[in-house]
Amino acid sequence: MNGHGIKAIYQFEMARWFRTLGQSLFTPVLSTALYFIVFGSAIGGRMGEVDGVSYAAFIVPGLIMLSILTESLSNASFGIYFPRFTGTIYEVLSAPLSPFDIVTGYVGAAATKSMIIGCVILVTARLFVDYSVQYPLVMILFLALTAVTFCLFGFILGIWADGFEKLQIVPMLVIMPLTFLGGTFYSISMLPEFWQKVTLFNPVVYLISGFRWSFFGTADVAIGVSLGAISLILLVCLAAIWWIFKTGYRLKT
Amino acid sequence: MSRPVPPNTQPIISIKDISKTYKSGVKALKPINLDIHKGEIFALLGPNGAGKTTLISIICGIVTPSSGCVTADGHDIIRDYRAARRAIGLVPQELHTDAFERVIDSVKLSRGLFGYGPNPAHIEKVLRDLSLWDKRTAKIQELSGGMKRRLMIAKALSHEPKILFLDEPTAGVDVELRQDMWEMVRKLRESGVTIILTTHYIEEAEEMADRVGVISKGELVLVDEKAALMRKLGKKQLTLHLREAISAVPEGLNGYSLELSGDGSALTYTFDGQADESGIPDLLKRLGEIGLDFKDLNTEQSSLEDIFVSLVREQRP
Repeated sequence: MNGHGIKAIYQFEMARWFRTLGQSLFTPVLSTALYFIVFGSAIGGRMGEVDGVSYAAFIVPGLIMLSILTESLSNASFGIYFPRFTGTIYEVLSAPLSPFDIVTGYVGAAATKSMIIGCVILVTARLFVDYSVQYPLVMILFLALTAVTFCLFGFILGIWADGFEKLQIVPMLVIMPLTFLGGTFYSISMLPEFWQKVTLFNPVVYLISGFRWSFFGTADVAIGVSLGAISLILLVCLAAIWWIFKTGYRLKT
Repeated sequence: MSRPVPPNTQPIISIKDISKTYKSGVKALKPINLDIHKGEIFALLGPNGAGKTTLISIICGIVTPSSGCVTADGHDIIRDYRAARRAIGLVPQELHTDAFERVIDSVKLSRGLFGYGPNPAHIEKVLRDLSLWDKRTAKIQELSGGMKRRLMIAKALSHEPKILFLDEPTAGVDVELRQDMWEMVRKLRESGVTIILTTHYIEEAEEMADRVGVISKGELVLVDEKAALMRKLGKKQLTLHLREAISAVPEGLNGYSLELSGDGSALTYTFDGQADESGIPDLLKRLGEIGLDFKDLNTEQSSLEDIFVSLVREQRP
């Protein structure tokens, strides 16, 4: 393992993030805070309880998950796409770095950024909503697993993309709708029976449900199933990255 | 100045049957065999698309070869890629930089990527040697083209490589900076670094290289010591500037390889610079006998450029 190499990539990526802190941190935190104000404080007061939890508190895990998913994808995809775009990727490819080193550096930095954003939103939410976390360790595990998994997914996107437009397609046109329809603002038990079954094909349901369980001890899907789902997505992403480095797809000719 | 490669020197780079065919079917490299010796400056000459950058990219790990193997500093570039790559520094042809980064951060990143811990003294030395120390906190986008080129070299030297690849190092660089770079390359060689450069400027190879390889259409056409190459293939020419123009080469000079200039004022005699007899005394004597008077004369030896052009021409169908 090239420890100095991993550290160099990690520090470089984190430095870039801190340089643009306004855009990197405050933007997602502000937009999520607006959700809390509108759906939590303003509308939430008229919504009553969902599964024994106030509506304002109910949407907290889903909104944090929404930020984690979109930020993980965009941070990780941009992190690897930008050196490909500028051509500086030559240095990474010619350095004594294994695929593990490269992925650890880029994905590690992107996951750190996502987790920082997630934690800041968690604290910010407390300013607007009264909630508590029943299983903090499970919450941290879920947060970390989701951040790492979707950063791996973002890494794949960054390799696949051949333009900035493609970087935006998956987060905006796939992940955002799946998150909104995955139970961020409602419990799937509130849906008609047919749509409940359809919703179970949405992988984001399992992520939000598992994360919500760590807060309130209740969820749409059993916690074990949620953990299994996130682990499965993680394995699929790892397999795709293994294939990318084995074939040199869009990295080496 | 070039220096001959010592006999029996262990190659620091050994290329065996390396070839590259792209998925599109384009054959970028036909099987190439080449040894590069420790401490030499090797110039790889070739026209655009000849395969120079592909060969360098394979050795540096950026392009996957279709066949063959390469060792760098005794390490296989695929099986033992970590050790092989640590020995290599690469300055690519294009100025690939992170515009918003600071100069010093970019150089530190390069050192880290190659597996080395921080060494502020070395980074300072590299930046000072390349006249970039005063610009260390500047953003890369603020640098001029020449400074960016030097930054690329600083990044490649940040991990103290034993082998340095310079892919068209002086492309688009002004004359003064080019001279500075040549000087820097010589200093690097004196410190024991092996340098492989590709160039379009034959003058560059002629000025600096110990050995020259000519690559054309993916094939290594020729490899030799620069001095030997120029001796072997270098033609010499004697030009006689006539006192009065003539319309044709006189019959009395038919036995000599002579060419008359367009305006009839100069005769050029081409001869083998390596032969024991140049034939010049006989020619001058014969000129006297037939009464052809000249006012001046000069000799020229063909340059590396002439040799290169003639070799590449031979390759063309």
